[in-house]
Amino acid sequence: MNWVGHYNYWGAIFLMMSGFYVVISRGNLIKKLIGLNIFSTSVFLLYITMGKIKGATAPILTEASQLTASPQIYSNPLPHVLILTAIVVGVATTAVGLALTVRINERYGTIEEDEIRAKDDSL
Amino acid sequence: MTILDITTALCLTAGCFLGITGGFGIYRLPDFYTRLHASSVTDSACAFLILFGLMLQSGFTLATVKLCFIFFFLVLSSTTATHALAKTARSRGLEPLLGREDKR
Amino acid sequence: METTIDIVLLTFLCITAIAIIYIRKLFCGIMLLGIFSLLSACLFVTMDAVDVAFTEAAVGTGISTILLLGAMGQTNAHEKRPPYQPLIALLVVLVTGSVLVYGTMDLPVFGTPDAPIHLHVAPRYIQQSPIEVGPPNMVTSVLASYRGFDTLGETAVIFTAGIALVALLGSSQKKRPPCASPPQPATLHDHLILRIVGKMFIPLILLFALYVQFHGDYGPGGGFQAGVIFASGIILYSLIFGLNTAMRVVSPKALRLLGSLGVLLFGGVGLLCIALGGNFLDYNTLAARPVDGQHLGIFLIELGVGTTVFAIMVMMFYAFSLRGRNTS
Repeated sequence: MNWVGHYNYWGAIFLMMSGFYVVISRGNLIKKLIGLNIFSTSVFLLYITMGKIKGATAPILTEASQLTASPQIYSNPLPHVLILTAIVVGVATTAVGLALTVRINERYGTIEEDEIRAKDDSL
Repeated sequence: MTILDITTALCLTAGCFLGITGGFGIYRLPDFYTRLHASSVTDSACAFLILFGLMLQSGFTLATVKLCFIFFFLVLSSTTATHALAKTARSRGLEPLLGREDKR
Repeated sequence: METTIDIVLLTFLCITAIAIIYIRKLFCGIMLLGIFSLLSACLFVTMDAVDVAFTEAAVGTGISTILLLGAMGQTNAHEKRPPYQPLIALLVVLVTGSVLVYGTMDLPVFGTPDAPIHLHVAPRYIQQSPIEVGPPNMVTSVLASYRGFDTLGETAVIFTAGIALVALLGSSQKKRPPCASPPQPATLHDHLILRIVGKMFIPLILLFALYVQFHGDYGPGGGFQAGVIFASGIILYSLIFGLNTAMRVVSPKALRLLGSLGVLLFGGVGLLCIALGGNFLDYNTLAARPVDGQHLGIFLIELGVGTTVFAIMVMMFYAFSLRGRNTS
């Protein structure tokens, strides 16, 4: 039970679960999108945590890092690249979701999920 | 521990204390405009002290020039943001909480 | 010391997440989301992910907040109290959380250098990147050269999102009937301080965006961050000086052109590599020496990415603002 070595993962999982809770328990569409944002940011946290090496530095070669006596270790650049893509794709998804919310509001007059469902059932 | 390190430690500690003061003020002060004033303490004095402490540590390198630029940008933009907030609140009709007349 | 910073930042993040769950005013929730993004950007810096921190601060704290506020402005700003206690949701969340925590017991301890994630392709990237590709920033060389296909797909995703937004919300002003005069906006004299500070800052913001674009090889930066910072400069201009003035400066037609040109540039570089005898996006064929070819190829595709991201972000902002104006 190595809780000292795993606290980062558990923190990320707690944040993931709070974002998940907002998505499934709240009915307001914009609140759901906020929860989705929290969820994706905490997934990024999990990935970047896995890429970190203790005692390493950022994966950029500078003159200072190349002149040290012992070979410099760098943190893994591959998760950084994947998460860069994921962040931008996440904001694109949020933007499309918000546009859909605005159109739903114009059509139904509300953005609460149960009121929308009631209006749909009564049509 | 050279004199530079001691000065840096003092600056960082004072900056952190001012930041906590600003946060405490945002929580405890009664009115919107007074809370805005409390947050401006954090933006100006706290930021200046912390950045100055970091500038002392980095010596005469490019990092010091960048920290200087960050400080100027922070001072100008955060005070303008405070102004924009106060102006919008006033123009929308939020009245400031005025003091009571002294009853003698 | 790093452990202390990690734990403090994670605690703040958890407190912010719990606050977002319980706050019912949407405006406060969106501001708390901005704080959440900024705190996670700080956490990324302590994890040595400086490029990711830059992107998260620019995109999550900047553009995401603006888009959420734009959407909230056209819908209502309060969340309804849920009519029942969401106990089943809580149960589902607890069960999922405990299963995930049970799964992390097998993960390697945080920070070990011989975890399986560091043994596969990453040592090759770290050792060969200065020899094969060139730029000191290894993240740029992996993003643009070793994993160039992913970046092409990502640019296409941003472009598609922009098209979807324009299709949903419209991109230009509806023609007003000639008898109805448009309401006069507040005169700019009222915003004297904002105007002057804006005039000082906006050129510097745009200059900084160009610096980030072209300096992405040597430090944290690159096309995405530069496009987003450039877009926030234009959005600031539009907030201070009015949407009409901003649409005269950067017109929607120009934005549509720029958005398509960026993706075309990226794909065109790939096809040019095929025409010169190599594979798709094989920059070695672009110049006499392979390293020079890589440098030229990375420069061109970062330019394409930055252009597309800038155009799409400003187009999204215009779409939300125009929708609010046309229907109000």
